[in-house]
Amino acid sequence: MDMMEKLEILTESAKYDVACTSSGSQRSGQAGSLGNAVSFGICHSFAADGRCISLLKVLMTNGCIYDCAYCINRKSNPVRRAAFTPQEIADITMQFYRRNYIEGLFLSSGIMRSPDYTTEQLIAALELLRNEYHFRGYIHVKAIPGADDALLSRLGMLADRMSVNIELPSQDSLRKLAPDKSKQSILQPMGLITNKITENSTELVKYKHAPRFAPAGQSTQMIVGATPDTDYQILNLTEGLYKKYKLKRIFYSAYTPVVEDSLLPSLDTKPPLLREHRLYQADWLLRFYGFEARELLDEAAPNFNPLLDPKCSWAINHREQFPVEVNRASYEMLLRVPGIGVRSAQRIIKARRAGTLDFHALKKLGVVLKRAQFFITCKGRPLEGLKVGEHTLLRSLMSGQELAKFQQPEIEQLSFFDDSYLAALPEAGRAASFRYGG
Amino acid sequence: MFATTSLAYSYDGSFEGLLCCVFESYQWKETPLAIHSEGSGQGLLLEAKWIETDKMKADRVLRSIPLKISREAEDLLRLGFWSAVPDKEMLLLNFLYLGFTHGPAVMNMLADDTVCALNKAVRLLRREGHHYLGFVRFTVYGPVMAAVIEPQGYVLPVIEDHFCDRFQSESFMIYDRTHRMALIHQPGRRAIIPLEEWIPPQPDETEAAYRSLWQSFYHAIGIKQRRNDRQRASMMPKRYWKHLPEMTGKQADRPVRTARKQQTPRRPRELQ
Ligand code: SF4
Repeated sequence: MDMMEKLEILTESAKYDVACTSSGSQRSGQAGSLGNAVSFGICHSFAADGRCISLLKVLMTNGCIYDCAYCINRKSNPVRRAAFTPQEIADITMQFYRRNYIEGLFLSSGIMRSPDYTTEQLIAALELLRNEYHFRGYIHVKAIPGADDALLSRLGMLADRMSVNIELPSQDSLRKLAPDKSKQSILQPMGLITNKITENSTELVKYKHAPRFAPAGQSTQMIVGATPDTDYQILNLTEGLYKKYKLKRIFYSAYTPVVEDSLLPSLDTKPPLLREHRLYQADWLLRFYGFEARELLDEAAPNFNPLLDPKCSWAINHREQFPVEVNRASYEMLLRVPGIGVRSAQRIIKARRAGTLDFHALKKLGVVLKRAQFFITCKGRPLEGLKVGEHTLLRSLMSGQELAKFQQPEIEQLSFFDDSYLAALPEAGRAASFRYGG
Repeated sequence: MFATTSLAYSYDGSFEGLLCCVFESYQWKETPLAIHSEGSGQGLLLEAKWIETDKMKADRVLRSIPLKISREAEDLLRLGFWSAVPDKEMLLLNFLYLGFTHGPAVMNMLADDTVCALNKAVRLLRREGHHYLGFVRFTVYGPVMAAVIEPQGYVLPVIEDHFCDRFQSESFMIYDRTHRMALIHQPGRRAIIPLEEWIPPQPDETEAAYRSLWQSFYHAIGIKQRRNDRQRASMMPKRYWKHLPEMTGKQADRPVRTARKQQTPRRPRELQ
């Protein structure tokens, strides 16, 4: 089989892992070696699905001894199989990197023979890259559940980031769809990696040049929409993982049917892209906006509203906290206002030092007034001529532009100005009691 | 700030030249109607005063910026000068008026029209620079490699450190065809020099082979069911495509089905 064909097969079977970021590591170049790493990450291209291509994302092999129902590489799926040698992986990574096609490598693999054997192969490829080719670019490697601790530790010394995919958000779903895996077999390596990273950071305090273990941290991925798990379950799990395992990122992957299975949504099911998008938004709210999962969802309303982003939903349900005075509000409170993001909040804080802000100024600072207007005052006053009927409010908060990106028929067919839809939105009836105070 | 004269200034297009325009304006306490660089073909309708570039004058203005305003203001000025915003000269002059009046506080005056416009221009330049960290594509010619870019802003100084650090042991060139400048790097040495024209030689067989490997990777990595041309074009604007092998190769010429078409009634038939 020629290289081209191999690359096609092993890319095809790697592409459902959505992580492609190259962020979190900062490492300068060195004479005699190739590459560096920059902490903000760099996208080198964008695929036809609009997603960033940063890393050469391939599998070592797509052969697998396991039979996870949702996976294109499952043992029982009749697909073409191929495998790279460590040498081939190292060579193509170097060649692509030199041409600035990529930021580095994202290497994963189906399970060949055993988790240990597979991990040894991954180590061989990375050792070649790091020690022989002196490659200093970014490497993300998947930890294989069930592999020996000592092997996983060696792997982590060669990579910038490691990940173990949870894939399914509950024990129940795992049992049904990934019978060879258990919650334990996934959390165990995750815990090991967390401990290694912590240990390593204390070592680094003592010895500045101690070798680094996965300096860009750990991430994981969850499939959304293959199982009946709710957004609330997913978000709670997310929060727990960030806290307990200090994960750097959690990725959500709208389930794209690749194999027929009675336990799974049928093959013509469209990937729930909007739901995935809402989860990413909520994830940001947890990481950068100081929100907690239980503020955003609860047992009674366990799923996000497709029409409103999670922050707007929250704001509508917490009108007693508004309006806030832009010239006095804390940074934390500014972040909770719909239409004000991290950047515009920072700009507001900065610009406040140079003078009092009015609505005109806010616009220039990048605040989306269309949404923010209902939740703020400037110098004690609301925007002139502001009407706060419940429909105006809800219509302004829904972003047709945002929804249009998803091109999903069910969204496209729905009229944004359809009153029956508005009525279904959270507590719309309370708009009338939305008052401005001093 | 000063009375506006009926004159425009015209200068040689260099950063020092612009600083001399600033000097001139302060010396005569006048604000020009416009500032044009030589050869920009603008300002034919306005009477223009030619401002000679004088290193001493330029230095005096430049030194006063960190003293009277701040270091950050100096950086902003330089980046603003590299940006592609129209009438950048007047914008920069107005920014300096404000800076010399308000001191370091000018950097916080984000709601001011001039400061806001300048920050925006610089943001665009930075964004374009960041784009190019990813979108530069080298062609390997044996021991050397070269890339061509056609940026709107003058990004070479913005991306210079990154590439020289990353490819420390390589000899390479990045040619900016818009501004006719080239970043040249050899291990231990680098320079940005004017270069009127450069036509890339034909790639050899090895190069062609890696290019097509990259193209196949590119096409294999996209998920069909998630195709989203609009998203792609907003993340990777079309003006970059010309120099990206994955967007210009044979495979990229395959007719692109737009998102609209995917939703026409033909779709169900495809699924059968
Ligand atoms: S172990 Fe991994 S590659 Fe193998 S079937 Fe399960 S998900 Fe797929």
